[in-house]
Formats: sequence, structure tokens, C-alpha cells
Amino acid sequence: MELLLTPLHEEHLALGAKMIPFDGFDMPVQYTSIIEEHLAVRERVGLFDVSHMGEIELHGKDAVRFTDYLVPNAIAGMSDGAIKYTQLCYPHGGQVDDIFVYKVDNEYVLLVVNASPAYSVKDFDWIDSHKDGFEVEVLNRSIDYGQVALQGPVSPALLEPLFRGPVAAPDLGRFKFVNGTLFGRDVLVSRTGYTGEDGFEIYSDTRDVVTIWHGLLEAGSDQGILPIGLGARDTLRFEVCYWLYGNDIDENTNPLETGQGWTVKFEKEDFIGKAALLEARNKGLTRRLTGLHVPTGGIARTGMEVTKDGRTVGRVTSGNYCPSLKKVYAMAMIDLPYADVQDGLAVSIRGRDVPAEVADMPFIAPFNKR
Amino acid sequence: MYPTDVRYTKTHEWARLEDGMVTIGITSYASEELSDIVYVELPDVGDTTEEAGAFATLESVKAVSEVYSPVAGTIGAANLRLQDEPGLINEEPYGEGWIAKVEPVDGASLEGLMDAAEYEKHVEAERGA
Repeated sequence: MELLLTPLHEEHLALGAKMIPFDGFDMPVQYTSIIEEHLAVRERVGLFDVSHMGEIELHGKDAVRFTDYLVPNAIAGMSDGAIKYTQLCYPHGGQVDDIFVYKVDNEYVLLVVNASPAYSVKDFDWIDSHKDGFEVEVLNRSIDYGQVALQGPVSPALLEPLFRGPVAAPDLGRFKFVNGTLFGRDVLVSRTGYTGEDGFEIYSDTRDVVTIWHGLLEAGSDQGILPIGLGARDTLRFEVCYWLYGNDIDENTNPLETGQGWTVKFEKEDFIGKAALLEARNKGLTRRLTGLHVPTGGIARTGMEVTKDGRTVGRVTSGNYCPSLKKVYAMAMIDLPYADVQDGLAVSIRGRDVPAEVADMPFIAPFNKR
Repeated sequence: MYPTDVRYTKTHEWARLEDGMVTIGITSYASEELSDIVYVELPDVGDTTEEAGAFATLESVKAVSEVYSPVAGTIGAANLRLQDEPGLINEEPYGEGWIAKVEPVDGASLEGLMDAAEYEKHVEAERGA
């Protein structure tokens, strides 16, 4: 199967990016150096092509009620222009995907989902197949939307003179969104991101993304803006322990054992997976996503076994060298009670048992908690 | 473009024979491809290695890569600076970023390796592929 291209594909090639397949798309993993790009976002500002993400629109009288049925988080009380993080769960409690719910108004909800791969067909099919009994239209608009993310402490000041909308960019609240224009193009801007820094995600018509990309890179050039690839996107989200679907969460992990339990609102009437999650909660967890620090001996990576005294007690879901911390950390799904042990844990790296210590998550605090 | 005082392997190591020892590192092409080297697994002095055997491992943020010796022999020295400064391989691949020195077995030679001009052609062919 041929790789899909985002509207910015030519721009990545022109910048000399190293390209890799990701979720069915040909995407830039780095332009210069993963470490340099990572630090640029933490210290200044960076621009990401995230056009591969999916957008599914729900329209109709039951848009909100339908969303409340699809996800564990509480949607009914959201104000217009608010955003919530949540999941699509299977009846057994495992996850189809983690998603963001953008409540436009009582008859229009926008779901932002992972690429999944290939225009988010997996999520769309799941959602569409559950709409019986609800007065709602489900539209997969992933092909029509382009998206970039502007992230880093300089982002609000950079965007302020450029964005025209009902509120100035720096005044847009976290987890809120508004419509406006940027370089004369219609955009939806949200105060959200996947990096742990302050920043914005900017949605537009797919035909406007190239203009927006160039406009932001130019406007930010004397602030030291860099284009940022998927390599740094991964190290940035990893340092603040944001989950990556397919690594830390998947169809076999429920939101209670991953630290996502705060999104599950059991007081809600009903949602897909509620019964299974209630049972899991009542029985107690059998395993837990746990942070690990690996002081020396190499990089712990996805799939590596976690052992205690030679026996396998878990598996690394994500592991990385952390450029801001200059240390190796991992997130691992570890069987209880081993997730609580003080010492004796090791990660199996290329046949060696490399000592690891339990570490608090997140490994660094996101910007709003510093 | 590539230093002329060393010989090159197809697997992108450089080698220099001096005082009976072969100093080995990776080329600037390899270090640029790997980028951001953050961890180096060095051999122990006294370990033996085969010709074209892997004797060290380099980890970058996204990849793991082996380093191969152009000669069979015994490890005479390992660049311990790389334990604290693995990025030296990116900064000075032919200088301070050397990886290890091998005392070659009798009869081992660097004659079969490429010179700088041949290596440059080899890189271009790989890039074009």
C-alpha cells in the first residue's frame, strides 16, 4: 500500500527532512537533529505538521448525547468552545483510541483522533457503527482538514499579532478553542498540545496549510523557530508522560490501569465499556503503567521485558533518551505488586538485565505545573 | 571531502594504523545518519574481535547501530570519554570521537579497505539507492 502524503509533504522534502512511514503517512522524523528540535520547543518555539490527525464531525440534535455514549468522560456539561481529553472504549474496557472532544455547540461536536492509519477510518467506522438510535450525522472530514501545532513558551507572543479572532491568542484559555483567521485563512485555534509546553493547535482547510506553515516559520524566524519532526514530538510528549496509542495504550489496556482514570466518570448514565470498567474498578487493578529511570546501560525501548530477580513482571510500552533531562526513562506496564517494589527491577536490553528504578510520572512537569 | 589519512570500510568505519594498533571510528556520513548519539557500549580491553565482527554498539535517540572491526585482533584500548560524552562521535568522528584501538593479528592489513575517493563514491552510491 502506498504511503499517504500530508499537504506539507513537499515542504518537508524541501527542508531536507528525513522521512519515515507513520500511521500510513510519509512523515518527517527529523529535519536537523531530534535533540536540537526537542530543545527548541522547550526553550523557544517549534512548528509541527500534524495534518495526519483525523477530524470526525458529529452534527444533529443528539450530537452531545451520542458523544457521551461513546466516551467515558462527561460531555453534557461542557460549555461551547471547550475541549476534553478522553477515549473511545470497547465494551470490554480496552481502547479503540484516545481522542479530544471539541464541543462547538449543542448540535455540533468535533472529535480529533489519531491517524489510525489512513484518514482515521478505524475510528470513523467505530463511531458510525454505533449511531443507531441517535439523531446524529457522522462525517469523516479528515481529508479536508489540515493541521499544524505551534508549541513552546514563545508561541503566544508569536501568534498574537497574526491571529484575528474573538479573543487574542495569549488570552485563549487552556483547553478552549475559537474560530478566526490567520494570514487571511479561516482557522480553528485551540490552546492545546502534545508537548507539555504552552502552545496552540491550528486547524484549517487542507488547501490553506502550506500558507500557514510558511507564514508561521517566517514570522518566527527571528525568534529561532524550527520545524519539528516526529522524533522530537515523541521525546517531548514522553518527558511529560502523555500516552501514545499503540505503545502505552491499546485495545488491551483500560483507562484505569494507565493513569487515565481521571477521565472516567462513573456517575454518567451509560457509555460503551462502563460495565467492564466498573468491574475492573471493583476487583482492583492487576497491573499498572509505571515510570522507570534507567541510570546507565542503554535506552529502554518499546517491547523490552521488565524483570525482577530474573522473572518477567512487565513490558516497556515507551522508552526514550530524554533530551531535557539527559537521562533514559521508560513507561512500562508492570504486574502488581511488582509495580510498587523499591528495588530489584531491571529492563532486558539486548540480552542484559539493566537495573531500573521506579520513577514518578511525569518525568518533567508540564508548563502549567511548573 | 573525507580525510585522506585513514582507510574506509563498506560499513562506514574508518581505520588508521599507527604504532602497531588500528584505531577505529565511524565516518561523518555514518554519524550524520545516526545523529544524536546518546549512548555507547564499548568493548573491554582484552576482548577479541573477528574481521567484520561487531565490537561496539551505538545508540542514537531513534536507532541502535553496531560498529564492525576491519581486522581480527584484540582490543587494546577503548575511548572511555564516550561514556560521558557520546556526542563526541557526532562532533569529531575522526578525532576525539574515536571508538577503540585493536591490536591486529599477524598478517592482518588495511590494504583491502577503500581510500577516501573510493569511499566517497561508495557513499554516493548508497545515497542514490
